[in-house]
Amino acid sequence: MDNIAGQNQGGKIAVNITVIILVLLWLLPTIGLFVSSFRERDQISNSGWWQAPFSVDLNFRARVAADGARQEGDLYVLEGNLFDDPEIAEAFPDGNGSVSAFGTRAVAPDEFAPGTATELRSGGTLTVQADGSFRLESAEPIDRGPTVYIAAETPPRFTLLNYDTVLNANGMDRAFINTLTVTIPATIIPILIAAFAAYALAWMDFPGRGVLIAAVVGLLVVPLQLALVPLLSLHTSIGIGQSFLGIWLAHTGFGLPLAVYLLRNYMVGLPRDIIEGAKVDGATDFQIFTKIILPLSFPALASFAIFQFLWTWNDLLVAKVFLPSGAESQVMTVKIADDLLGSRGGDWGILATAAFVSIAVPLIVFFTMQRYLVRGLLAGSVK
Amino acid sequence: MTPVLQGLLTIIIGVGGCVGYFYASNIILDKVIFPAKGPQTGRNINRANKVRPWLFLFPAMFALGLYLVYPVVGSFYRSLFNRAGDEFIGLGNYANLFAEEAFRTAVFNNLLWVLVVPAMATFLGLLVAQLTDRMAWGNIAKSLIFMPMAISFVGASLIWKFVYSANPDIGIINSIRDSMGLSPVDPLQIPFWNNFFLMFILVWIQTGFAMVILSAALRGIPEETIEAAIIDGANPFEVFFQIKVPQIMGTIVVVWTTITILVLKVFDIVYTMTGGNFDTEILPSYMMSFMFRDDGRATAVAFVIMLLVLPVMIWNIRQARKEMR
Repeated sequence: MDNIAGQNQGGKIAVNITVIILVLLWLLPTIGLFVSSFRERDQISNSGWWQAPFSVDLNFRARVAADGARQEGDLYVLEGNLFDDPEIAEAFPDGNGSVSAFGTRAVAPDEFAPGTATELRSGGTLTVQADGSFRLESAEPIDRGPTVYIAAETPPRFTLLNYDTVLNANGMDRAFINTLTVTIPATIIPILIAAFAAYALAWMDFPGRGVLIAAVVGLLVVPLQLALVPLLSLHTSIGIGQSFLGIWLAHTGFGLPLAVYLLRNYMVGLPRDIIEGAKVDGATDFQIFTKIILPLSFPALASFAIFQFLWTWNDLLVAKVFLPSGAESQVMTVKIADDLLGSRGGDWGILATAAFVSIAVPLIVFFTMQRYLVRGLLAGSVK
Repeated sequence: MTPVLQGLLTIIIGVGGCVGYFYASNIILDKVIFPAKGPQTGRNINRANKVRPWLFLFPAMFALGLYLVYPVVGSFYRSLFNRAGDEFIGLGNYANLFAEEAFRTAVFNNLLWVLVVPAMATFLGLLVAQLTDRMAWGNIAKSLIFMPMAISFVGASLIWKFVYSANPDIGIINSIRDSMGLSPVDPLQIPFWNNFFLMFILVWIQTGFAMVILSAALRGIPEETIEAAIIDGANPFEVFFQIKVPQIMGTIVVVWTTITILVLKVFDIVYTMTGGNFDTEILPSYMMSFMFRDDGRATAVAFVIMLLVLPVMIWNIRQARKEMR
């Protein structure tokens, strides 16, 4: 009834179409990446991912051996099938390829339609049929086979080769483990520290509480950029340097304002009766915290854990500064941004696969725990 | 020791340490320093309860102080020294920055980002929130538009590198141009407009955030106000712009400022997409070009970012204090 255009059928359709367009715009780029990661390098650079389910014209080169040549009257004849060439045969495992054009020069691999006869520069006439069979006639004895280029409809092919390369040859497996190593302690450690502080700020009365809460709100927006130089030199001077320990500490510190803020907002909303009842019964603050507050705050704890997990998993800045730049400690974001984009800039299959490996875990977390994420967002934005 | 083992050990030490600290410090406070027995029982309990909040707060305050408060001061202090850090040059780094063409470009681009990204993300978020409200498959649509939130800036950049590719067989934009008979272009090299192509990546990520918050705000609007407007003959657009939007204005401002703050921090997109070339540098990526090379300059740029964030920070604090009263 109060929808913007929901009063008539036409309006409803317009709304649906608009939303469909927006959803597609939001979804298609990611799908493109996903599809590309399963395609071979040749296929990627010859047709867009949106054509992946269809056949593509790919160019092949066949070096025909001259040893099958025979004499027919005055002519020397060489016959055979280009699909027997080992390299081409590999691309057409079921042997049903079809030539859409052929040529004899690398600059014009699709000069002639199948069935036409063409003069070779080395002498002789070459005919290639659509099924790949060819016939070379020459007045001279054929002692060197011609090089023939063909364009052939290649069926769509999907492969796990990229994943194999990325994980085994490119060291992405190591980067994956490094990312996990950074993420898990950096997610777990701040939670407890923040939970105690949040309880104090929510349910304990002491002078200066308001100022502290305001300070936490202020610290929420401090740009991390400020922290990089002073903290790195601090870490170096106390002997931590660039290391996993350093990045755990850094992520803990940077995640605390959000953690304290989120948890305090949640804890303040817990029913006062329960807590006061427990106090009357003689429970200490420590007992109230561990036995009542902590279990009741589970949704808020989960929200923060998801945020911190996504943030540390996806982070590039802190990892670049607080971890050494060698391959043995590179996380995935650094690996992709500094390593793969530089050295494999043109290898789209590898890039797509590496990106997909790095976003797979956050996507799983996102889709399974969306409820907590939304709840956290709603509690976390300063109202 | 492998990093994985080290990680496990850190979790055990970290969590165990925390629990141990809180447990032990409370025990010591209650049993040793101010025992709740003997002649001064009442006074001791009161004193213990005065100290206890600080026991709870200490680890968080220490970490916040060290990792977020100290850097503000430390960065400013460092920015007053030269590259090697041994000579005090006052505001010399700032003077050098402002004299530099690249810095001015970065500031200009950053202002563009700050104007465009929050506006577009909030607008699109509001649009989706309104359109999907009470739609049969609204939750699915929202979930899909929210999805980029989970993707790293680096991953998102790679995703859009495919879209923007100058090769018509890879980039969908150039494929469409190709089919219309236009020659391929590299969107990231078109002067000035390339900034907007980069901004759109962040809009793509942040629209979901705006949508989730605004969608909840729209649901919170009292039905009566809308019904009254409809009875008075308001059309759907009037209901939206004159009844709904004014009521969620506070939330819109929150979303807007939150995204603004984010825009001032994100360096990943520019770093992966163009490396700051083709006049696309923004302050956070400009800062990274000095990191490890000239700490004086790097901290000066960081402090400029801090100054830009400051108004929002003050506004946030005032809002929070108002709310507590």
